[in-house]
Amino acid sequence: MIKIDSLSFNYLHKALIFDNFNLSVQHGETWAILGPSGCGKTTLLYLLAGLKFPTSGQILIDGQQLTRPRPRTGLILQDYGLLPWATVRQNAELGSRVRDFYGPDGKHSPTDHESKNNIDLWLKRLGIDEIARQYPSQISGGQRQRTAIARTLALQPDLLLMDEPFSSLDAITREDLQNLTLDLCAEQKLTLVVVTHSVEEAVSLGQKILLLKAPPNRSARVFENPDAGRDSQRNSAAYRNLCDLLWKEMHHEAA
Amino acid sequence: MKRRDILFASLGLMVIWQIAAMIVNRPILPAPVIVLVVFVQQLGKGLMIDFAVSLWRVTAGMLLSVAAAVPAGLAIGGSKTLNRIFSPVVYLLYPIPKVVFVPIVLLFLGIGDTAKITVIFLILFFQIVVLVRDQAAGLSPQLIQSLQSLGAGRRALFRFVYLPASIPAILTALRQSIGTAVAVLYITELFATKYGLGYYIYYNGSTLLDYPAMYAGVIAMSLLGLGLYFGVDWTERKLVKWKFAS
Repeated sequence: MIKIDSLSFNYLHKALIFDNFNLSVQHGETWAILGPSGCGKTTLLYLLAGLKFPTSGQILIDGQQLTRPRPRTGLILQDYGLLPWATVRQNAELGSRVRDFYGPDGKHSPTDHESKNNIDLWLKRLGIDEIARQYPSQISGGQRQRTAIARTLALQPDLLLMDEPFSSLDAITREDLQNLTLDLCAEQKLTLVVVTHSVEEAVSLGQKILLLKAPPNRSARVFENPDAGRDSQRNSAAYRNLCDLLWKEMHHEAA
Repeated sequence: MKRRDILFASLGLMVIWQIAAMIVNRPILPAPVIVLVVFVQQLGKGLMIDFAVSLWRVTAGMLLSVAAAVPAGLAIGGSKTLNRIFSPVVYLLYPIPKVVFVPIVLLFLGIGDTAKITVIFLILFFQIVVLVRDQAAGLSPQLIQSLQSLGAGRRALFRFVYLPASIPAILTALRQSIGTAVAVLYITELFATKYGLGYYIYYNGSTLLDYPAMYAGVIAMSLLGLGLYFGVDWTERKLVKWKFAS
């Protein structure tokens, strides 16, 4: 699904963050990108989203080189990117309205785009149909994140990118939404890439965990975590062991 | 603002006015009751037309400045390059009291409404440009990126983000400038016109020495400003519903 090929990236007049970096992600996998702040994990997500571009090398998604945000990729950012002047419902509809605005041009929206209204289903599925007429300032952080998820999934993506999506939520809401996200990914056959600074979140969400270190990142260090998201996992010894291992690696890298 | 509060404020001002009139006790400051009677009489004798002409001039100036300043402000606020080029220009021109241009504008645009509308336009334009620019530049990058990831290019960003985001800024700018706009309207209507509240006030006060009629014109001008404030508030309640939701 995703192939990162000899990726190098640096911000203008800054040191390299990625240097000849390779990675490949298969369809339907869930990935967590973990690392200390400044390691380039958000940068990598933006590269995958087509909002930033490699200095050299390339990123292929389904064999296509990224030159702009790809219509079938969904992106959810930390502060949810909701329009403050639009209701929950209007925010959730935003993606389809943008697509209707351009029509099926293959550039801003897929060539097979048809205007259709499936928003009610998504509002219901995410449990926000009751608050559909409220504004983002009137609802909780968890509800805002549900709105952002509804907005993204309504566009029927096959790849979902999330940047620290749950870090500002309380523990219970966070666990709820992590589970919901995994359920939805399984249900919609989505490939998931989540950026997080939380070891626990990485282990709860990622079947594969990519650990980035202080730049430059030259090779991908990937930890296998096949039990991610299973109900039984959170209390298991394997879960604790992987958390401890990643914790040590992260602090070792930071030191 | 509640209607009842405005009624009370008007009554309070009337009482002070009445007391002042009793102390001064000269034709130059007639009692409010006399002025109110004259106000009603004058409405039928042409004050209504002067009011309408002034309302038209100030509204036209407001609409034109919104139409010109909003795209300008969005362009400057949305682009770092344009911001670097034009912000100094705006800052150099913004502090100049636009009323100094009245003779020049009259010279170039003549004696019709165009000159008067232009002066109002000049005042409002800079206020709106600055506020809309700041609003556009202050939008969070995450919001823009989220929209881009939904497929939005320049045109959709403008339609779905920048334009709606600028509406509160436009209304704030208008509210801040109504006072100045009406004050400058008075000055422009002193020259080369036979209509408008400015002309009416000046003509009655300085030529006819009809003080009650002059004060009737002052009341009309105050009502003009109040009406504009109400107009802006009403528009805000219609267009910026989310700010009133809590």
